[in-house]
Amino acid sequence: MKIRVSDDALAIACGADTVAEAFARSGAAVERVSSWGMHWLEPLVDIDGLGYANVTADQVVAILAGEVESIGLIAEHPFLTRQTRLTFARAGKTRPTSLDDYYANEGWLGLAKARAIGAEATVEEVLASGLRGRGGAGFPAGIKWKTVASAPADTKYIVCNADEGDSATFADRMIMEGDPFMLIEGMAIAALAVGANKGYVYIRSEYPHAIAKMEAAIAASAHLIAPFVVEVRVGAGAYVCGEETSLLNSLEGKRGEVRAKPPLPALEGLFGKPTVVNNVLTLAAVPWILTHGGEAYASFGMGRSKGTMPVQLAGNVKYGGLFEVGFGITLGELVNDIGGGTASGRPVRCVQVGGPLGAYIPPSRFDLPFDYEAFAEADALIGHAGITVFDDTVDMAQMARFAMEFCAVESCGKCTPCRLGSTRGVETLDQIIAGKNVEANLALLTDLSETMKFGSLCALGGFTPYPVMSAITHFPEDFR
Amino acid sequence: MGSLADILAEHAGREGALLPILHDVQKIYGHVSEDAMREIAHALNLTRAEVYGVVSFYHDFRTEAETRPVLKLCRAEACKARGVEALVSVAEDQTRVKVEPVYCLGLCSVGPAALVGKTVHARLDSTRLTALLANL
Repeated sequence: MKIRVSDDALAIACGADTVAEAFARSGAAVERVSSWGMHWLEPLVDIDGLGYANVTADQVVAILAGEVESIGLIAEHPFLTRQTRLTFARAGKTRPTSLDDYYANEGWLGLAKARAIGAEATVEEVLASGLRGRGGAGFPAGIKWKTVASAPADTKYIVCNADEGDSATFADRMIMEGDPFMLIEGMAIAALAVGANKGYVYIRSEYPHAIAKMEAAIAASAHLIAPFVVEVRVGAGAYVCGEETSLLNSLEGKRGEVRAKPPLPALEGLFGKPTVVNNVLTLAAVPWILTHGGEAYASFGMGRSKGTMPVQLAGNVKYGGLFEVGFGITLGELVNDIGGGTASGRPVRCVQVGGPLGAYIPPSRFDLPFDYEAFAEADALIGHAGITVFDDTVDMAQMARFAMEFCAVESCGKCTPCRLGSTRGVETLDQIIAGKNVEANLALLTDLSETMKFGSLCALGGFTPYPVMSAITHFPEDFR
Repeated sequence: MGSLADILAEHAGREGALLPILHDVQKIYGHVSEDAMREIAHALNLTRAEVYGVVSFYHDFRTEAETRPVLKLCRAEACKARGVEALVSVAEDQTRVKVEPVYCLGLCSVGPAALVGKTVHARLDSTRLTALLANL
């Protein structure tokens, strides 16, 4: 009998450690594995493939006696069978820091392939895959790599952006906690492709479990990626450090202020050296691409959005979790069919896609396909593909105010539209909420949003207008 | 690793050493004092203003020790959608534990969520939060 319980932070927060200890006390051996990503079922116990959902420690004896009904075979759960898991292929199946498990499940094949075909052909594979930066900007990874590869320098860096600060996103965390070797392999492939010798994983301090797992995995695999060296650096609670130039300043030991571009980090990045800065999901997609070929990856998705996206269903959603799927699926399918609507059972009023800088989208636009271009056309963004579901109790004026407040708290202070605009935005929204000169203040807020959108140095000030203006556009009744 | 001198020696020569040093100092002393900033500046050949600028930029670093236990309650959108704002009064009804906002713990499908040290808590409601606060 094989008993498996996830040791992902989310499972632990739901009580997985207590459950695993209870099994151990009953004399049963427990394997701690990564999470399947079906969060509403956690703690989920896997016994020879059969799932037991929302298990508590006092149920353990009954489960072992066969007195508790299972939810059936986990691998055949409709939430999983509807997915296309490339990046999350090992989720739920392997022990996160076990090299044996990683080897036994396609581990290190991508790096071996890259070593066999060489740097140039590796870049070509990534170009052919159509992989775009999963952090939010959607910039083609292959082009970034090519730029760094052709930049002459004695030192080059691979920087993995693991400062996953957007609300409703947890895919990076799940990879670092559930499949850390995949990320290390992706970084090693990138290093080989561009000629880098040092890599940093910049992880936010709010992710203590991810930090511990990455450090353990790096120590266990150092000999496999040598002479390339990877090191974990821990953030210090600044949301803006998810912006790549701010992250580089933070890595250099400075205030996490945004840098003006150009120069591009690809040419003058960390310590002024050519640097690949990629998100966790981008680098984690690379081993699969090298193992199976760029073309195979590009056969998933739609238009210019190739491959799969690990979508994160969060907030007031019935079936929350990680849903990896080819681009092109509609928002409505994700929220209603897969997510099952709200957890509260009330009607869905809106969703926010792409974190605190993403637009609020009403159900009337749920026909939108998950595609970078389609979202941009609708004045929205995919961002890191987190979807926060809200029910009809949400006050959109308060959410718009929060967007400005968050920007004011997290602004790095470098540029005026963001630093001052966010605070003036909070004040203006307070006037609107208090019912003072509403029409004039809405016009002022619209004007301010334009200024922030076009005048800010980075996405923090530049995209804060998305949640604000989308709330006003789609839910005007909450502002008047 | 015990004293500030040990921490500085351990990180000597490291690229971009300031943040790792500040994390270690805060871990051991609970805060980054003015004296510590002066010594760190000296060791890294920075001005005190530069070190203070970094300490004050990041939410994690404190310049004064916090004697109470600290609970970080997620107040970001996904936890708001799951009702965290209704728990704020529970947190504010007591003073024994310092409750600070945090913007996202990556537990967005099972919120409201909180972090105490390195321990994560999810699916909080007023009963659970009250019990959690009482036991810190």
